[in-house]
Amino acid sequence: MTTFPLQNVSLWWVLLLGISFGFWLEVSGLGSPRKLNAQLTLRDWTVFKVMFTTIVVAATAIYGLQFYEYLDVELLKIPTVFYWAMGIGGLFVGCGLAIGGYCPGTSIVGLFSGRLDALAFIGGVFGGVYLFAACSKLLEPLYDVPENHIRQTLMEVTGLPVSLIILILIGIAVTGYFVGTWFETQHHGVIHAEDLDK
Amino acid sequence: MNLPKNFLPPLLSGIGLGLTLLAMFLLTAHGLGAYGVFKNSAAQFSQMIATEWTAQTPFFVLLLEKSPHLFDAWIIWQMIGVALGALLASLLFQRFRFKIERGTALSVSNRFVYALLGGVLTGFGSALAQGCSSGLGLSGGAVLAVGAFIFLVSFFAAGLLLALYTKRYWL
Repeated sequence: MTTFPLQNVSLWWVLLLGISFGFWLEVSGLGSPRKLNAQLTLRDWTVFKVMFTTIVVAATAIYGLQFYEYLDVELLKIPTVFYWAMGIGGLFVGCGLAIGGYCPGTSIVGLFSGRLDALAFIGGVFGGVYLFAACSKLLEPLYDVPENHIRQTLMEVTGLPVSLIILILIGIAVTGYFVGTWFETQHHGVIHAEDLDK
Repeated sequence: MNLPKNFLPPLLSGIGLGLTLLAMFLLTAHGLGAYGVFKNSAAQFSQMIATEWTAQTPFFVLLLEKSPHLFDAWIIWQMIGVALGALLASLLFQRFRFKIERGTALSVSNRFVYALLGGVLTGFGSALAQGCSSGLGLSGGAVLAVGAFIFLVSFFAAGLLLALYTKRYWL
């Protein structure tokens, strides 16, 4: 019998983990649209470093706990892949970041660290959701996928064992970390909290 | 005005976020998210002001069936937490500033127009992808879902390309 996931825990736990989520996003600087956009010009690699570290830490722990039978991955939410919808959706969100300066989570962090421009972005996100809702009937074919796309993982697509996938991800993270740090020594370097006061 | 404390190293914050994400999976079987709060509250608001249209819109109908009461949805509580956590951290490290963050080349009114436009693209894109950089990118990435990596690759590709033009707005 595996112990995790527990499920049906009190919403107080969810609130507490939300506080932790917001805290770590703010302390890494990801509430700042200028810092987020400095990743897109390769000046400041904080976004890549933080996101990849997060994924590698969580994935290693999740599949490690699965290996030792403390956790049943079958019970976890694994999103179904919609290649077109997710590919094109990613393009839109990337453009939204370059133009608007945030993504949904960081806009809340931005607003609650005093950034009033985040309000306009948040208003825009609602607009985008209504726009999607209005044409959701037209887009339905994008979500008609074969059964093997349900909960599809990298292991299923590549045929590689999970340990190797995680090693490859660690490899990409470490490489990106060094490449990014090299870029950061060129030009203007990373954006510090003080720079945002200027 | 007090000098702001600097941001923590990305490796440390990445570990902090990674453990938070892990804890969420262990306790609730799902990851973290952000876009969901927009989608759920948009559905509720739509039902209030345009009941008929909402009832004919499958996207909202499905959402309202799944979570008929806004405050029963976990994502709302998580997002209240995110707001509190960000407020706490920015006050604690003296980084809280009421401001309109923009590059010097961009006027305040233009900043608002671009923020709104970027928001529309993000809202539409997240709805299309059924998740955002957190809900699909990080949470899907942690369980090694293919969708997460498809999303992340196109997210960064589009951002990097468009930034060749938009970088002038942030300097």
